[in-house]
Amino acid sequence: MSKLRLEKAPAPAWVRPVIPLLAIIVTFLITIIFIIWVQANPLHTYYYFLIAPFTSTVTIVELLVKATPLFLTGAAVAFAFKAGYYNIGAEGQLTAGAIMGAWLGVLLEGTSAWIALPVMIVGGFIGGTTWALIPALLRVKLKVDEVVTTLLMNSVIVFIVSYLLNGPWRDPVSFWPQSPDIAESAMFFRLIPGTRLHFGFILGIIIIVSIWLVISRTPFGLKMRAAGSNAEASRFAGVNVEKTILVTALVSGGIAGLAGVGEVAGIHFHLIQGLSSNLGYTGIIVATLGALNPFGVGIAALFIGLIDTGSLTVSRALGVPVYLGQVVQATLLLVTLGMFILTSYRLKREG
Amino acid sequence: MLLGAFVGFATTYHTGSLWLGVIAACLAGIVAGLLMALMTVYIGVNQHVSGLGITLFCTGLSYYAFRVIFGTPSNPPQIQPFGQADILSNVPVLGQILNQYPLTYYAILLIPVVWWVLYRTNFGLKIRAVGENPEAADAAGINVYGVRTVALMIAGGFMGIGGAFLTLSTLGFFTFDLIAGRGWVCIALVIFANWNPIRVLWGSFIFAGVSALQLRLQLTGVNIPYELFLSLPYIATIVALTIANRNAAYPAALLKPYKRE
Repeated sequence: MSKLRLEKAPAPAWVRPVIPLLAIIVTFLITIIFIIWVQANPLHTYYYFLIAPFTSTVTIVELLVKATPLFLTGAAVAFAFKAGYYNIGAEGQLTAGAIMGAWLGVLLEGTSAWIALPVMIVGGFIGGTTWALIPALLRVKLKVDEVVTTLLMNSVIVFIVSYLLNGPWRDPVSFWPQSPDIAESAMFFRLIPGTRLHFGFILGIIIIVSIWLVISRTPFGLKMRAAGSNAEASRFAGVNVEKTILVTALVSGGIAGLAGVGEVAGIHFHLIQGLSSNLGYTGIIVATLGALNPFGVGIAALFIGLIDTGSLTVSRALGVPVYLGQVVQATLLLVTLGMFILTSYRLKREG
Repeated sequence: MLLGAFVGFATTYHTGSLWLGVIAACLAGIVAGLLMALMTVYIGVNQHVSGLGITLFCTGLSYYAFRVIFGTPSNPPQIQPFGQADILSNVPVLGQILNQYPLTYYAILLIPVVWWVLYRTNFGLKIRAVGENPEAADAAGINVYGVRTVALMIAGGFMGIGGAFLTLSTLGFFTFDLIAGRGWVCIALVIFANWNPIRVLWGSFIFAGVSALQLRLQLTGVNIPYELFLSLPYIATIVALTIANRNAAYPAALLKPYKRE
C-alpha cells in the first residue's frame, strides 16, 4: 500500500497556475451560504454571475469597461508588492490622477487631441506619483510603515476632492457637486462607438506589458525583485534598496494615477465625489489573485470585471443585494492568499 | 469594527436590548479575530494583505446583511441609543465632562486592566514573549499559535465593541462608511503609544482632541475650508507616526508569522 504524505518542498510548477482556479471554486462554495440566506437558488445566482454577462454584447463590453481601471490599479499594486513595498494607497493615488485629469482636461480647451491625450496621460501619472511621494519618502528615509501611511493618505484626498467640488471647482451649471466637463479633445476616444469602452483599455494593456518587461527583462526589475525577496542580502550585494523602493513606489503611484485619468477622461468627463469606488482596494485583490504576475493581473482584472458586471445582473434578475459582489471578491482574496501555502508543499507517495 | 457596529445594531434592533447588542458585536469581533488568526497564525500569509482582506470581507458582509435584513429603506432604521450614564454629573466643575456614555467608562477602565494583564500576569508574559521571540517561547513550552490566536480573538472582541459604540451610543443608526478609517487610525495610535496601554489612553485623548477641535474650529466660522479640519486627524496620525517611529519599541517578531520547523 502506498501512502500519501505532505512534505515541505516547493510544489511542482503546475500547481501555481491552478491555485487561482481552485480558489475561485472554493470561494463560490463558501459564498453559497450567503446566497441561501436570501433564499435564492445558488445555481441560478452563479448563472447570472458568471454566464449571463457573456450572453449579450452590452454586458461583455461593460465587463471590459469595469476591467479597464482594474488593469491599472492591479498593475500598480503588483508592481509595488513585487519590490516589497506594500502600497495600499492606490485608491488615493488614483484620485490624485483623476484630480489632475479634471484640471488639465478643462485647461486643454481648444487644443487638438494629439496634444491633449499625451498631456492627460502624463498629468495623471504625475498626479499619482505626487500622492505616493510622502509615504514613499517616509518609508525610505525614516522607515515609517507604508501600509498605514498610504492608507491614511486615501482618507485625506477624499477631503481635498470634497473641498474642490464644493468650493473653487464647483460647476455652476450642475445641481450636483461636480467639476465642469473637460474639453472634448481631452476625452479618451471610444474603441467601440456608442459604448463606454475607451482608450484606457488599451492603455491598461500597454502598462501591463510594460511592467512585465521591466520586472522580468531589465536590470532594474532584477533589483526590484531582489529588494522584495531579501532586502538585507541585496543590500549586501550592492543594490541600492532605498532608491529601488522609492522609484518603484513612485511608478506604482503613477500607474494608479493613470487609472484615475482613465475614469475622468473615459467615463465621467468631470470630477465627482467617490469617483474611485474602491478601485484601488480592488486592485489589491486583482494583484493577489494574479499572483503579482503582470499577465495574471490582466486575467484577474477581467475576472473581477466579470464579478462586478455579474453582481449587477444577479441583483436585477434575482433581487440579491449588489454587495454580494463585494463579499465574493473579499472571500476570493482571502481564499487565494490561504491557498498559496499549497505552493510550498507537495504530495509524496510513500511505501 | 464595522462588522461590530452592524451586528451590534442589528441585534439591538431585533432584541431591543442594548447590552445584547454589545455582546453580539463582541462575539462578531471575536469571530473576525479568529479568521485573522487562521490566516496569519496558522497559514502564515502576509498580515497586511490578509488584514485588508478581512476588512473588505467584513465591510461587504455588513452592507450585504444590512440590505438583506432592512432592504432599502428611505428612512434609516433607528434604535434608542444608550443615554449618558448620569452618575457623575453632580460632581462640581467637572460634572459636564465626566458625564459620559456607559461604554466610555468601561473603555477607560479597560486600559488599566489590559496593562495589568499584559505586565502582571502569566498570560501577559506569554503574549509578550511570543511577540518578542517566538522561537525561545516555543522552546520554553509556550504554545505560540494558541497564544497568538487568543490575543487576536480578544483584540477582535474589543474592536467589535468599539464599532458597536458608534451605532449604539453616539448615532443610534447604521450608515455606510460609518467607521471612516478609525480602525487604521488606532494602528497608528498603538505605534505612537509605543505598545503601552497607558500611553494609548493619552494618545486617544490627543487624537479625540484633534477631532473635537476640528468641530469647534468649524463653529467659530473661521474662513478656512472645513475639509481641512476633517482631514486633520489623519494628517496628525501620519505626523505622529513619523515622530514616534524613530524610537518606537516594536515587538521584535511583529508581522512575522512563526513556523515551527
